[in-house]
Amino acid sequence: MTSILITGARKVDGIAGDLFIRDGVFTDPAQAIGTLERIDADGLMVLPGLVDLHTHLRQPGREDAETIATGTLAAARGGFTCVHAMANTDPVTDTAEAAEWIAQVGIEEGHAQVVPVGAVSKGLKGEELAELGMMARSLAKVRVFSDDGKCVADSMLMRRALSYVSSFDGVIAQHSQDPRLAGPTACCHESELSGRLGLPGWPAQAESVIVARDVQLAELANSRLHVCHVSTAESVDVIRWAKARGIQVTAEATPHHLLLDTNLVAGYDTTFKVNPPLRTTEHLEAIRDALADGTIDAVATDHAPHAPQDKDHPFDVALPGMLGLEYALGVVIEVMVNTGRMDWPTLTKRMSHTPAQIGQVHGQGRPITIGEPANLVLIDPAARTTIDKNTSKSRSRNNPYHGLDLPDPVVATIWAGRVTYRR
Amino acid sequence: MKHLLSSGDLSLAEANSILDLADQMQQVQSRQVKKLPVLRGRTIVNVFFEDSTRTRTSFEIAGKWLSADTINVSARGSSVSKGESLRDTMLTLDSMGVDAFVIRHPSSGAAHQVANWVRAGVVNAGDGQHEHPTQSLLDALAIRQHFRKLGQDGWAGKRIAIVGDLLHSRVVRSNVLLQRTLGAQIVLVAPPTLLPTGVETWGVEVTTDFDQVVADIDIAMMLRVQTERMTGGFFPTEREYADAYGLTLERLNRLKPGAAICHPGPMNRGMEIASEAADAANSLVLDQVAAGVAVRMSVLYHVLGGASEGIPL
Repeated sequence: MTSILITGARKVDGIAGDLFIRDGVFTDPAQAIGTLERIDADGLMVLPGLVDLHTHLRQPGREDAETIATGTLAAARGGFTCVHAMANTDPVTDTAEAAEWIAQVGIEEGHAQVVPVGAVSKGLKGEELAELGMMARSLAKVRVFSDDGKCVADSMLMRRALSYVSSFDGVIAQHSQDPRLAGPTACCHESELSGRLGLPGWPAQAESVIVARDVQLAELANSRLHVCHVSTAESVDVIRWAKARGIQVTAEATPHHLLLDTNLVAGYDTTFKVNPPLRTTEHLEAIRDALADGTIDAVATDHAPHAPQDKDHPFDVALPGMLGLEYALGVVIEVMVNTGRMDWPTLTKRMSHTPAQIGQVHGQGRPITIGEPANLVLIDPAARTTIDKNTSKSRSRNNPYHGLDLPDPVVATIWAGRVTYRR
Repeated sequence: MKHLLSSGDLSLAEANSILDLADQMQQVQSRQVKKLPVLRGRTIVNVFFEDSTRTRTSFEIAGKWLSADTINVSARGSSVSKGESLRDTMLTLDSMGVDAFVIRHPSSGAAHQVANWVRAGVVNAGDGQHEHPTQSLLDALAIRQHFRKLGQDGWAGKRIAIVGDLLHSRVVRSNVLLQRTLGAQIVLVAPPTLLPTGVETWGVEVTTDFDQVVADIDIAMMLRVQTERMTGGFFPTEREYADAYGLTLERLNRLKPGAAICHPGPMNRGMEIASEAADAANSLVLDQVAAGVAVRMSVLYHVLGGASEGIPL
């Protein structure tokens, strides 16, 4: 492994200096002698490598949409050094063997650390628990469990899942969607727009009633709940209440629920179909406020690549989901930092330290100090670009930011001492 | 006019142009030889992803009477798991040199999506719970003819009540958009469970009380209640629905003299409309069907032939 000397990079506390990486670990720059790769980072900022709690890598099963290799390449392009691979692959990640296979392919082919998420229920069917303990004790060390894409709707199953994972400090990451209030065809935020477009409505309360139930079940089970892709002001209110009460709940927001609003679906472009759906600006504002004040703990991408043949359908039939890994940091800088809502240390918490803690990934989200694993991203906070979907590292092109002018900060990403992306 | 996707896309001049030409087209219907040569050599494909004998037949006859080559394609609704995508289906047909597509699809927005993909013109023959513009045009034609017979011209002061399942109806959205352009007053009547979200922003009167408005309307447009809604928990029983929202004999007797009764069909007699109302002298139910062919001839001509000047009738 080549040693790397990074000169002049400024940390989020504003102090600039040299960083020396040897054997995947930050080492005293005084020892930087001999053969080494030099990166001139004068004028750049250095952040700890970003950690994504919510990534769909599509392998195994839909390698035409994304693979572990292409998805983690997109992650590296976006400044991530760790991604959590959601369980809704084919086959579903609901056994120790399936989780270990994904972790192993990640080691062999990945451009970032791949942490498998285990399914809560066998086959994501929402009926009986998957082998949560065996996944936790496997080489993949699964700590995050989620039926994401589907809600664990059965209250008793949810209670049991929360209770069961408490013995190994696992966390249930819930896709909060009441299946009766927002059924399988629900695809547009229920509003004046859904009424006008004739699209089946997905009301905000279909999310918040599940969040309200789950935080109380987490209290009952004395266990950890993580709320995936919070999209409504009502859910934020419930989470704020639960945290004040001392309930162990964390929450994530996606870049698209921070930036994009429901009016984008007015032309029936299925690129903008996502679940939960894009909401109105009032909801966006509530999500931004909650991310700033810590009610929402983390940014997670819900990177969801899809092949064209799964998007070229009528709006209510097309698969939901959009890309996110490559643009997440740019979106957060635009919406949160450039507006003065959030400072750099807080951004670092939301995108690196806290998601690593939630996922119990011990080598990630660490400070940039001597002796720590060398996971970092070098950024130019002022750099901007007009997003072109055809330049994406992802295998898919369902990119909702295409044509937008956004920050494009990532200059280089280093995972465990290895350069995984360099502009 | 390249496409007809939404009644909201029609200006007052365009709407009147379609209705005026439809009036002329309707005279052709009473001739023994009904064919006009105006769309000779043009190809119209009716692509129906959802069964609709009435609308499909109406479009087919309209195309044939204009001498177009009309082909019907029954396609299955798309699914992600099997079969080809909507885009592939339509691009395949488009590559055969089609001049216009008439599209019926169970999904809202399908016609809009297709119009973005294909080279041919697109006429929306009903998309999900969104719009059905030719239905609103044929309703307007039948209503206009009815009031002209009574010596009343123009829409000013005319008050139309649209009653029933507004939530799932594509007819109501197109009618609201068109009637507003034409200048009618609109009142929407439905139980709260069948009102679309945001209906209060549509700029029309909304009430849950049919009895409050029934004596003060010029047109009662009764919408069909789909069977699946009857068991969907939107209202307790058919009896209770008819009691509050049906055009019953009692409500029929309270209508203003000369008030028109419309229904897009097929009717649930005894539910949203009593037989006495369906068969009343001022019921336009069959006039609507007759107007349907004329309106669709006019629409196809506007999409494929251009303006209505110089048409050899």
